[in-house]
Amino acid sequence: MSGRCFDEMHNDDFLCRPAYRRLRDWLRSAPAELLTRRRQEAELLFRRIGITFAVYGEQEAEERLIPFDVIPRILSAAEWSRLSAGLEQRAHALNAFLKDIYGARDIVRAGVVPEDLVFRNPSFRPEMCGTRPVGDIYVHIAGVDIVRVDEDDFYVLEDNARTPSGVSYMLENREAMMRLFPELFAAYRVAPIEGYADALLATLHSVAPSRSEAPCVALLTPGPFNSAYYEHSFLADKLGIELVEGRDLMVRDDIVYMRTTLGPKRVDVLYRRVDDDFLDPLAFRPDSMLGAPGLMSAYRAGNITLANAVGTGIADDKAVYSYMPDILRFYLAEEPILKNVPTFRCREPDALAYTIDHIHELVVKEVHGSGGYGMLVGPHADRATRQNFAERVRRDPENFISQPTLALSTCPTFVDGGLAQRHVDLRPFVLSGADKVRIVPGGLTRVAIAEGSLVVNSSQGGGTKDTWVLGDDLP
Amino acid sequence: MTLLSRTADNLFWIARYVERAESLARILDTASRLSSLPIAYGGQSTEWESAIATAGCEARFLEAHSAFTPEAVVDFLGFSPENPSSIRRCLETARAAARAERTALTLEMWEAINGSWLAMQSWGSHGTRLSELPQFITFVKEASLRFDGSAYRTMLRNDSFWFERLGMFIERADNTARILDVKYHVLLPDHALVGGGLDYYQWAAILRSVSALTSYRWVYRSGVKPWLVADLLILKETMPRSLAHCCAGVTRYLDNLASVYGRQGASQRLGRSLNARLSNSNIDAIFQSGLHEFVKDFIVANNSIGAAIAEQYLV
Repeated sequence: MSGRCFDEMHNDDFLCRPAYRRLRDWLRSAPAELLTRRRQEAELLFRRIGITFAVYGEQEAEERLIPFDVIPRILSAAEWSRLSAGLEQRAHALNAFLKDIYGARDIVRAGVVPEDLVFRNPSFRPEMCGTRPVGDIYVHIAGVDIVRVDEDDFYVLEDNARTPSGVSYMLENREAMMRLFPELFAAYRVAPIEGYADALLATLHSVAPSRSEAPCVALLTPGPFNSAYYEHSFLADKLGIELVEGRDLMVRDDIVYMRTTLGPKRVDVLYRRVDDDFLDPLAFRPDSMLGAPGLMSAYRAGNITLANAVGTGIADDKAVYSYMPDILRFYLAEEPILKNVPTFRCREPDALAYTIDHIHELVVKEVHGSGGYGMLVGPHADRATRQNFAERVRRDPENFISQPTLALSTCPTFVDGGLAQRHVDLRPFVLSGADKVRIVPGGLTRVAIAEGSLVVNSSQGGGTKDTWVLGDDLP
Repeated sequence: MTLLSRTADNLFWIARYVERAESLARILDTASRLSSLPIAYGGQSTEWESAIATAGCEARFLEAHSAFTPEAVVDFLGFSPENPSSIRRCLETARAAARAERTALTLEMWEAINGSWLAMQSWGSHGTRLSELPQFITFVKEASLRFDGSAYRTMLRNDSFWFERLGMFIERADNTARILDVKYHVLLPDHALVGGGLDYYQWAAILRSVSALTSYRWVYRSGVKPWLVADLLILKETMPRSLAHCCAGVTRYLDNLASVYGRQGASQRLGRSLNARLSNSNIDAIFQSGLHEFVKDFIVANNSIGAAIAEQYLV
């Protein structure tokens, strides 16, 4: 996509935006080989820390590094304050929606969201009806994907309300940048993100069942073979909580315990990084070894909090997504601060016809897909691929939505040929507790390393950048 | 079992200087981190000045420099040949003493200290660019880890080892106490009310400067709270850089010496008394009677143990 897209560093007259000026000056004065050297150091650093991920289906590359770009992406204090207000609003709406869907169902009665879209949706969990999590919080951690298309507008691309990942990269990227570019941190005052661990811990404590003053929190991981295992161990360590697997847990009389050298220890909050389907073989997939039998029953009895709650997938379903502006207005009676990408729901005949006719200019996605799998970027696909995909859509229209191909903003990125513009998105992490919403200033900027590419997912070769939110006091 | 006083003195001071070098590196690390914080997050313009204060060399610094610029502070604490407590001079002094005591050191210890001294040469005679600071800090920390690990893993457990450990613990206690001495005001409960959340990053930086940010969460399983930071750094014996841990180490090794030599003196008495004072304290009482006074008293008491050791054994 070479046409008009928002350039994060330069304005229309190709003048440097204020937030980027010091970076520009520094880039001008830095010798060419310096960036290459720093990039190599960064790679060594990440290897040593062990911040690797596994790509499913690739044997040889069992542990890979996500490419890290040494040029930061910068947001001004004003841009951030608007963005974070929008994120907080969005989080309130998501939680209100889930409470309603699994409770009174007002929004369906009011005709804002079609009934069948919700209740016939595979992400809808009937087990959750009548269960109210502490504080009515369902999405404790959301990793909202944001794209920027112009000076004023941030669009939400996906809400990622299930088990969003990437926050360890946000934190480690900053640590790496502070080691590699102290001179830039001397020139800029960058808002710190190191409070994330405390913010997350406070969020999890706030939703503990009322039993105890010092709740026991643990992180449930599928184990070392999971692609995000590094992140699970990283977070457990930062939070000072146990990293448990399903086999470390047991449930007796609807109470969840972990097995310790001192005998069973009661768990109050489980930050689970295991999908709904695998949480409890008694309630969901009977063949799953990743969860703990009886967990769901303990959950419904109110003896343990799961973060995120079960059944949040219904809120980040891509078809439900298209109703988000209305959902937000319905619960909050406010106008959305963040925009929604116009979405054609192929379940509707007109939208299906439009999608098939314009497939060469649209992005088509599976409603339950994620990670950049199961999607077609029309303008970048050849004719045969488009036709194949169109056929899939025709056979199962309910399973697809389409959106105009967004001109993701670009940011200078260090590639083999030197500095070049590459497309980026942003995933800030929104923490919702029973007491308040917490958002650390920043997020994970993902960058499509290949020239012109719009796919930023790490599983598809995307890279990451550090994201700087500036203090007001730009020196 | 006996040692030349000179040998004991050198072992004591080699360990002290290596420990001091590491501590200075941590001080620089903390200052550089805090000085890039936005004001809205509690960033201040005085972080480099506090680095000099923590290192305890304000007067000497002001003889050489007129302002606390990052470059001047990094040069003075890291590289200056004129500052006898710069990292460079610490490594030089430790290496010179090690060379004089070559036979009292194990091969691994000697190679660790000599290797670090050699590597220090390549960092240039005066200063380094700010951009190389993180690499320099990593180098110094690794030098100290290597020396400490070599000593721990290869020395005979006799009086040589005990003097080496005594130097390390006395120095470490002094460093931790100095960090508290300079930053105590951000840990006070009434200040926490006034400063609100602004001091959060200061508290985190104090923990980071003693490598205890993650340990903190494992110990307290809660967000960073100033009184718990003080508790961890002063009273938690499980924390290797806490005053309590260092003081217990000092007392233990002094007792070992007393038992092997068959007599005890002022250092043992002072060690046990300071240790008892820490064991009988709790953090509320310390805040009640004044955190700053407590820390100041500790520094004085710790110094007098050092002086008593010198008088009893090293001269």
